[in-house]
Amino acid sequence: MKNQGKKNVRDEQMKSLEEIFEAKIARDEKIEPKDWMPEKYRKTHIRQISQHAHSEIVGMLPEGNWITRAPSLRRKVALLAKVQDEAGHGLYLYSACETLGISREELYDQLHSGKAKYSSIFNYPTLTWADIGAIGWLVDGAAIINQVPLCSTSFGPYARAMVRVCKEESFHQRQGYEIMMTLCNGTQEQKDMAQDALDRWWWPALMMLGPTDDESTHTEQSMKWKLKRKTNDELRQQFIDQTVPQADILGLKVPDEDLKYNNETGHYDFGEIDWEEFWQVVKGHGMCNKERISARKNAWDNGEWVRDAAVAYADKQAEKDVKEAV
Amino acid sequence: MSKKNWPLWEVFVRSKNGLEHRHFGSLHAPDADMALKNARDVYTRRSEGVSIWVVESKNIKASNPDDNGEMFEPAADKAYRHPTFYELPDDIEHM
Repeated sequence: MKNQGKKNVRDEQMKSLEEIFEAKIARDEKIEPKDWMPEKYRKTHIRQISQHAHSEIVGMLPEGNWITRAPSLRRKVALLAKVQDEAGHGLYLYSACETLGISREELYDQLHSGKAKYSSIFNYPTLTWADIGAIGWLVDGAAIINQVPLCSTSFGPYARAMVRVCKEESFHQRQGYEIMMTLCNGTQEQKDMAQDALDRWWWPALMMLGPTDDESTHTEQSMKWKLKRKTNDELRQQFIDQTVPQADILGLKVPDEDLKYNNETGHYDFGEIDWEEFWQVVKGHGMCNKERISARKNAWDNGEWVRDAAVAYADKQAEKDVKEAV
Repeated sequence: MSKKNWPLWEVFVRSKNGLEHRHFGSLHAPDADMALKNARDVYTRRSEGVSIWVVESKNIKASNPDDNGEMFEPAADKAYRHPTFYELPDDIEHM
């Protein structure tokens, strides 16, 4: 009986803490790492921020594939800078995630063991140089649409990281579009290459914005916590509305027979998305899932001696400093 | 140090002379020199700074938000520390 009483008091306290917390978010106040937060808020944020970080890191792989084969020095320095930015974005986000009490090692381990997810788009291969253009234009374009609302998300470290990411991301999209533009102004063969890249990346880019609202399990809670500020379907519509006219300027055809501007709604109507494909890729059966994870694991395992050497060097320097001080 | 995992460092960047160093974020590095080099690559790829400080995170003592009441509330009822507390005639100048 006594224990029951104690439990009730605890539950009461918890409830009032949660009410204070919810009210803070409703007032658009930020939550900082040491503030009290419901366990579910912490867990959801660890999941989303780490997925985001993993996506940046794995996202380097499909593009890294073309660094040595970039068609000019100008393209090569731009692509190198872009891939380096993705690494930086991954690092901002891992740091933000660690403020929630999970270690970098645990985060890496979740990625390498396949426990954590990353954006399914990076499990598609980059077959031609035009894919680098299409990725910058479409994948970074969709990422920007996803990320801009996150700059005002409720968790302070995540919001601050997103402000930096968004500032840097716009060059990524522009360099991609410029690649597409150059190809489309080139020979027929080059234009065909650009069209082929659009054909292959269009649908995966639409899927990138997540399952439809009625299928999305996390949307409702995430909207309440302002971890999400627009639903997946709203973001997808925005992406389509702004990207179709860009394809028109390139003179390329979006691979959707049902795509049509709707004068009544002021939006484009579009065809059915193949969600079966999306879930297959999410479940690990995409074209490059195994390759991506094994590349990450190899990079981590083969870099172990470098990390160890750096620690050994730091130890030696520290010892030397102590001796000199004596 | 002798640990397998690199410790965490906090990074502070001065954007330009005349401004203070501001907290930019954090990163892992085996020692202070590497932390500084990594901070250059992670946080100043677009000329965001002219000076960087790094400090190992464990050396920062932070106040606890649970104690915010006793820490910060005493300042709340001391309006007399602000110039607007004092009543002056409207037509007085240079004050």
